Order: sequence, then structure tokens, then C-alpha cells
Amino acid sequence: MNSFPIIRVITKLLIPYILLFGLYVQFHGDFGPGGGFQAGVIFAAALILYGLVYGLPAVHKVAPPKVIEKLTALGLLVYAGTGLACMLLGGNFLDYDMLNHGILTELPVALDFLPGDTPYHFLPEGQHLGIFLVELGVGITVTAVMTMIFYAFAGRERVTS
Amino acid sequence: MIEQLPILVIVIPLMAAPLFVLIGNRKLVLLLTQLVCWTVFGVAVSLLSRMQYGPISYELGGWPSPYGIVYNVDYLSAFVMVFVSGLGAIVITYAPRSVDKEIHHSKHSLFYASYLLCMTGLLGMCITGDLFNVFVFLEISSLSSYALISLGKTRRAPLAALHYLIIGTVGATFFLIGIGLLYQMTGTLNMADIANRIQAVEGSRTMLVAFAFMTVGLFIKMAVFPLHTWLPNAYTYAPSVVTCFIAATATKVSVYAFIRLIYVIFTPQFAFEQLPLDQALMAFSLVGIFVASAAAIYQTNIKRLLAYSSVAQIGYMLLGISMSNVGGLTAGITHMFNHALIKGGLFMVVGCFALRIGSLKLEDLRGAGKTMPLTSFAWVVGGLGLIGVPMTAGFVSKWLLLTSALSLELWPVAVLMLLSSLLAVVYIWRVVEILYFSPASHLAQTAKEAPMAMLIPTYVVIGSTIVFGCWTVYSAGIAQAAAKSLLGISQMGGVQ
Amino acid sequence: MTEFLGLYNYWIVIFLMMTGFYIVIARENLIKTIIGLNIFQTSVFLLYITMGKVTHGTAPILKSSHGGESHGGKSHGAEHGQDLHAATEGHIDLSVDAVTEIYSNPIPSVLMLTAIVVGIATTALALALVVRIREEYGTIEEDEILEMDRNS
Repeated sequence: MNSFPIIRVITKLLIPYILLFGLYVQFHGDFGPGGGFQAGVIFAAALILYGLVYGLPAVHKVAPPKVIEKLTALGLLVYAGTGLACMLLGGNFLDYDMLNHGILTELPVALDFLPGDTPYHFLPEGQHLGIFLVELGVGITVTAVMTMIFYAFAGRERVTS
Repeated sequence: MIEQLPILVIVIPLMAAPLFVLIGNRKLVLLLTQLVCWTVFGVAVSLLSRMQYGPISYELGGWPSPYGIVYNVDYLSAFVMVFVSGLGAIVITYAPRSVDKEIHHSKHSLFYASYLLCMTGLLGMCITGDLFNVFVFLEISSLSSYALISLGKTRRAPLAALHYLIIGTVGATFFLIGIGLLYQMTGTLNMADIANRIQAVEGSRTMLVAFAFMTVGLFIKMAVFPLHTWLPNAYTYAPSVVTCFIAATATKVSVYAFIRLIYVIFTPQFAFEQLPLDQALMAFSLVGIFVASAAAIYQTNIKRLLAYSSVAQIGYMLLGISMSNVGGLTAGITHMFNHALIKGGLFMVVGCFALRIGSLKLEDLRGAGKTMPLTSFAWVVGGLGLIGVPMTAGFVSKWLLLTSALSLELWPVAVLMLLSSLLAVVYIWRVVEILYFSPASHLAQTAKEAPMAMLIPTYVVIGSTIVFGCWTVYSAGIAQAAAKSLLGISQMGGVQ
Repeated sequence: MTEFLGLYNYWIVIFLMMTGFYIVIARENLIKTIIGLNIFQTSVFLLYITMGKVTHGTAPILKSSHGGESHGGKSHGAEHGQDLHAATEGHIDLSVDAVTEIYSNPIPSVLMLTAIVVGIATTALALALVVRIREEYGTIEEDEILEMDRNS
């Protein structure tokens, strides 16, 4: 694809927005539609697009297969680790209420500019924090797995041809 | 921490699997896998030992029962979990030499991770009280077993795995359709909750369709006779260790899910009185027993022979379930356990042959009785169990099945069962004859006895078939308690 | 007739399901079989999603008028659950008075999210196996592969 300047330029322009949208879907997932799986797929789509246009070596430099393989496992560990942390704190598995920590949940001062008495959560806690962590784990794993699948198939072609 | 036991069964192997991918060191991962498997076995045993105080339920995330996902442990699920995790542990103890020979070194940590995931899925299917969760765990175990099977050395392994994948996915999707229709009618996924609400919608056509889809889906997964076509190839071309584990556990867990489906969600009245499922089951299982046993006789590969025998043995379990009385159900559950031991043990013997002789064709095994006496003797003992000779585990379950068939005055069934045991004699004897009474093939002549590291676990499993043949408190006893609680018969006292 | 047409979503599901199933059974080409399997699975996704839709129901996002529920704890969760049940029953009995906002049942969609993940995993694994089969046999036509196996 190296000889198509339009595609190369458009790709370069698009990728930041895809990544940004991925992040939005990831972190907005605990308030509205979205979540780790969708975000992971979007994130991986950016990487795969880059790989398709600039070639496998280029994307390998951005996201080395070794790292991606480890991330696959890491995401799942974040998920299960969150559940385990809830258990170690005395609740059931994935009982996010145990994650209430009470540290800096609300900023003490200088929030008068917020309308009315909106509860302003500075650091998430409880259910919110739990969902956040779990979705983060899902997001990491899905990004890694999707990229891994792409690598596995794209890499194969190169070997056999 | 005691009340957290039910989740530990799932979380320990589930967390260990990705951890092993991160570690990546072959030797360390092997050691940890063994540790994890034995720990899970310990947890399962302690769950079973607590069953005398009544069933345990565990709410995930602390969400109350019909809304959140609940894990239920009762006699049946604890019993199945104990033998699944126990065989998983003992097979992985037996595994290193065989895995070393049959699987490329770079794949080892991934292999062990998949093995643990497969175990997670199987245990999850036993413990969960949520119908959709059953599907998810079913797919976890299936996907990892497809991957495990495809690791076999021959080029037919990926093909066998792909066939299994296609048929298995169709089965799982059927199950999913059934769940969807059930959810549509009852508005809940919690098994106990569905059972409560099902009366209101009893007899509607949607329920019939849902039941049909789920039954056929599970039939595919447990390889009931006409839907068994994936099984022989998958078992034959998988690595020995994988065959040991999957043959011993995977189909049994599907049988377990089927028991839950009939006895907990839909009632036996619905399945057996409104629908003629008991007669259909009986017919399928008897035909399956005969056809598969006959097919086993004509096999030239020892693994394929055992695979066909597995299809036949599933028939005995279903036969027990179809009787829908305490005796029959006890026999079915006991046979799940006994057959897991026997078939696990026999496939472990086959793994020893594969290690030392390198070929599993019967003609290459000729005369191995002289060069590998201990391994061959293990085959004889396990084979006796498969036939159902008194003092072996196979006898106990067949005896229970026979007495319960006679108590229902199903004379033809009893006669056919005895005849089918003769078929088992034929295919077991064929191998025995080849091992002991044939001139040695050049492969068998130069073979050495299998290493102790493999023989000891093999003998533990094979020996336990004798132990559970003489002493049935913890096999048939628990199975009876499970059967009674499934049929809603209150039980007095403990396990006895 | 209206009853027939009124269930059009289910007819679409059945049509897709049978199409996929037929492809799985009839096609010899392994890739086409996998495509058939995908269509088959997709029909089930549709089955679930269509049953979760409540007529005139909106997206199940709790508005702020419901109070501070967006950060709700367990007690809120239980209420939430009952709401969902109400929504499910609303699907069966559409005469439920719309005092509160009617929203579609989100659970089937959530379930399908899981099933889609399972479907992707299955497809990826199946394709990986096909790649290996292609490397070993040099073809992905099932009858040719079986022929080669028989001869070897």
C-alpha cells in the first residue's frame, strides 16, 4: 500500500481520532453505552488499520507481539484481580462495595462552580471503581487479543508465501 | 475464607491460566499447574465434605439471588467437581513426560494455560446456578478443548479439532437458542427461579421448542449415539494427555448439565410423562451401546477403540437417567464417576504405550505385554472394570443399573445390557490377546517399560477403580444422596 | 395473517438460522462452512435482541430524575433488577400503563455481547485451524482432504 499517498495520509489523520474515540468509549462505559469490549475492538481497529497500510513490521514496532501476548494475560489478571481484591477485603468475589476507600472521593474545597449540589466524585470508589477496573481489564485484553489475531493471520501469510 | 470456597474452584484456575502466559517458563509453569490442580481438587473435596450440612449457595458480587449470578453447590455438583478436578490433577501429574514428547516445547506454557481454562469451564458448568453462565462455561471448556485437540502431532489433529469445533458450536448454539426461548417465557436466567416460574407457562409450544433445542445441543456435547461423529477423531488425534482429561471429564459434565436440565429446570414429569423422552433416551442409548461397542471391536487403533467405547458408555449413563427413579439416577451418576476413572485410567495406559512404542496401531502393540508388563497389566485391570467384572467399579454401576431396570420390570433392557457387556469383553480381550499372546512386533520388542512418573498416577487411577468396586460409600453413596435430593426425596442423616 | 406478519422478526431469525445451518451442512469448503456457522450464530443474536425490545421502549439509561442512582449501591441494584423484570413482563403484557418510562430490556443485549465474544473466539480459532489444515494438506476442500486421508 506504500504507493497510495491518499490512503497513507488519511490513515495517519484517522488513527488519532480512532484511538481517542476508543478511549471515550472505554471511560464513558460506566455512565453510558460503551465499555471495555467495544473500546478494545476500536483500539485494535486502529492498530490493525496501521498494520494494513504501513505493513506488519511497522505495526510490530508500535506494538511488539511479545508485549501484546503479555497484555492478553494482563487484562484478564486485572479483571480477576479486582474480584480477588474484593474477596480479600472481606466481600464476595466481584463485590465492588468492598472497594470503598474514602480517599479523596470528593474534593474538599473550591467546587462552587458546579451547578447545585452535584455529587462530585474526584476519585471513583465502590461500584464505580470496580466497574472501571473490570472494564479496563476487558479493554486491555480485547485490544491485545484482536491485535494478536491479526498478527497471527497476517504473519502466517508472510511465512508461507 | 470458608464461605469463599465455591468461587475459589473457578478463580484459582482462571487466574492461573493468564499468569502462566505471563511467566512463560516451561518448568515453572508445569510445577505451578500441578500445584493449582491439586489445590482445586482440595477445595472441591472440602466443598463435598461440607455437603452434609446442606447445600451452599454463593452470590457473585453480593447481588441477591434471582438478579445476580449464583453458584450452587449440592451433592451432585460437588461430586462431579471432585472427580473432574481430581482427574484433572492426576492427569497433569502424569503429563510431563508425555507432553514433553508430543507437544513442541515453545507451546508448553500455552498448553498448560489452555488445560487450566478447560478445567475452569468444566468446573464452572457444574457449579453455576445461572443458565447463561452454563453456556459461557460450556464454551470456555469447548474452545480450550478444540485448541488442545489441535495440538496433536499428526496433520489430522487440526482437522479433527475443526470438525469438533463446527459440530460443537452448532450444539452450543442450539443450547443458546433454548436458553433464549426459556428466558423469553420466564423472564429469568436463574435455574431455580426458572423452575419456580415454569409452571405458569407449562405446555406452551415455546417451552417444547426450548426443551428440544437444549436437549439436542447437550446430546451433541455428550456424544450420544447418532450425534457422536466428532468424538472418535477428536479423541484419536489429540495428544495423549488431552485425551485422558477430555475423555474422562468433558462428556460427563455435559451429562451432568443434562441431569440438571431435566431434574431441576424442567421436571421429570414434563420430560418423561408429557414427552416420551424416557423411551427415546432408552432407545438411543441401547442402540448407541450396541452400535458403538460393535464399532469398537473393528478398530485398528487402540485410541479409536476406546473412543467408540466411550460413546457406548454414555449410553449406560443415559439409560440410568431415563429411568427417573432413585435407583436409575443413582446408577447413572455412579457410572459417570466410575467411567471417568476407568476411561481416564485406560487412556493413561494408552499414553504410556504412545510414549514408549510411538504408535497406537494394534499391530504395533503386539507382544508389548512382555516388554511393558506393568503398563499392560494396568490395561487388563482397567479393561475388567470397563466390562463390569465383580470387584471393579464398572460392576457397581452396572449392577445398580441392572437392579433398577429389573425393579421397573424392564426385562429386555436388562438382557440387552448383559449382552452389551459381552461386546465389551470382545474388544477388551482383543487388545489383551494382542498384548500378551501375539508374536512381538519390532516396535514393541525394543520398547522399555513406561517411566515410574507415569506408571504411578496410572496405577493410582486404575487402582481406585478396584477400590471403588469394593467400597462404594463415597461413590454410589454420594450418588444416591444426589439422586434423592434431585428427585426431592428428603434424606435422613448423612451420606449413607 | 397479521399474526404471521406481526412476528416478522422471528421469521427473519428462522430464515437466517436455516440458511446458516444449511451452509454448515452442505458446503464442502471449510471457509464457507465457517461463514455458515457465523450466520447461524448471528441469527441467535438477533433472536435475543428482538426479544429484548419493548414496543415504544427507549434505551435503558437511567435519567437523573431517578435520583443519584448512577452511583447506586446494592439496594438500588435490587430495585433496578425489579425494574428489569417489570420490563420483561411488559413485553408479554403490553397493556402495562406507562407511568414510568418504558425502556427495553437490556439483559438480552448484554447476553449477546458475551455471545458475540464467544462467536469471535470460535471464528478466530476455526480460521486458525483452517490455516493449519491448508498448510498441511494444501487445500481447504473437505472432500479432497478426506480423499488424501484415505489414500495415506
